[in-house]
Amino acid sequence: MGKIKIEKKDIWIDMTPMSDVMTLLLCFFMLTSTFLTPEPIKVNTPSSVSEVKIPENVLNILVSPEGKIFVGTENKNTMVAMMQEVTSKFDIALTAKQMKNFKEDAMIGAALSQFDAYYNLDPEKMSEAVQKLGIPTDSIDGGMSEFQEWIKAAHQVDPDMKLAIKCDATTPYRVIRTMMSELQDMNENRYQLITNLKTSSED
Amino acid sequence: MAKKKASKQKKMDTRVNFTPMVDMMMLLITFFMLCTTLSKPQAMQLTMPSNDENMQEQDKSVTKADQTITVYLAADNKLYYIEGLPKYDDPTCLKETNYGRDGFRNVLIHHTTGAGIAPVARIMKAKQALDEKKTAYGSTMTEEEYQKQLSEIRNGVIDGEKIPTVTVIIKPLDTATYDNMVGALDEMQICTIGKYVIDKINPDDEKLLALKGVK
Repeated sequence: MGKIKIEKKDIWIDMTPMSDVMTLLLCFFMLTSTFLTPEPIKVNTPSSVSEVKIPENVLNILVSPEGKIFVGTENKNTMVAMMQEVTSKFDIALTAKQMKNFKEDAMIGAALSQFDAYYNLDPEKMSEAVQKLGIPTDSIDGGMSEFQEWIKAAHQVDPDMKLAIKCDATTPYRVIRTMMSELQDMNENRYQLITNLKTSSED
Repeated sequence: MAKKKASKQKKMDTRVNFTPMVDMMMLLITFFMLCTTLSKPQAMQLTMPSNDENMQEQDKSVTKADQTITVYLAADNKLYYIEGLPKYDDPTCLKETNYGRDGFRNVLIHHTTGAGIAPVARIMKAKQALDEKKTAYGSTMTEEEYQKQLSEIRNGVIDGEKIPTVTVIIKPLDTATYDNMVGALDEMQICTIGKYVIDKINPDDEKLLALKGVK
């Protein structure tokens, strides 16, 4: 008997090429990208034609448009060592909780007088509070300023560390002049200015 | 009968379900795309003069008047320049220009020294020739060689001939922005100027700028 044979349709889709492409894309992103480093304040850097990449092992100096200064580096161990250097000089002792908060924080932005209160906050509130802070640049009793102390501590921990200055494009020069002259007073005369690459369309 | 049963093999499906794997991949890719950046920011090298006041007179470098350009970076993206030595009592020596190709860069390129040559234009041309030589097909020039020749050109040595170079003194006012400063430094790079310095405004400059009415 001629029974009509219904062909069994295979609904299975071959996913292999798709997963191939996905793996490729994934590898590409994993190898080429770098993780966004969290910054306390959003900064838009100006663009320049310079094509030099920033070197490894830099101390980032972040300057907000209002002139607030933050200091930090990607290496957490260096950060902790810097902090210990400065706090021991000014007789500040951090509790275990404050220490933990310090390690989780991206950059140092609190003045030493606010250290205790700031690192006692909950981590969620810290990111809000840090926007009002900033390392002061006025000198302590005619000596070095807190900002200079941090730079000095950084160089004591790691003498090869280079200084990378990241300013907002709208930051007035007055702020930069104050900061740079503090650095010049310490004989730190070489900086890396972090910029964006200028595209040829904007000239 | 038993023989027949043994020979009947069950058809195994060799296909593996890839869907969960693809799902996971998608997730990972999304994660990487959102949480990472592809572009590494660029950096600009800057060396500032030392603040040390004990510097010996002989260590300071002096430039000739006709090879010097002083630039004042003022508010509202304005830029004033003086070719040669500033005359502090005569505000007309200050000329206004703007950033970019037709402004400041033009001034630098067309600046002529007493001997009647435009050093910046010649140096830029030499650098362009060097760049072409480097990127030419089959070029064997190494990075080191290139840098060596580039620094020679910056110092004004073109094909063994020494020409005077221009020194630019950049004086940003307090009202200028960081963007202005980077813009001025950028022009130094574009024009291959070897000697430039960021200097502070002194009282004489202040007087001159006040006469001109520059904010």
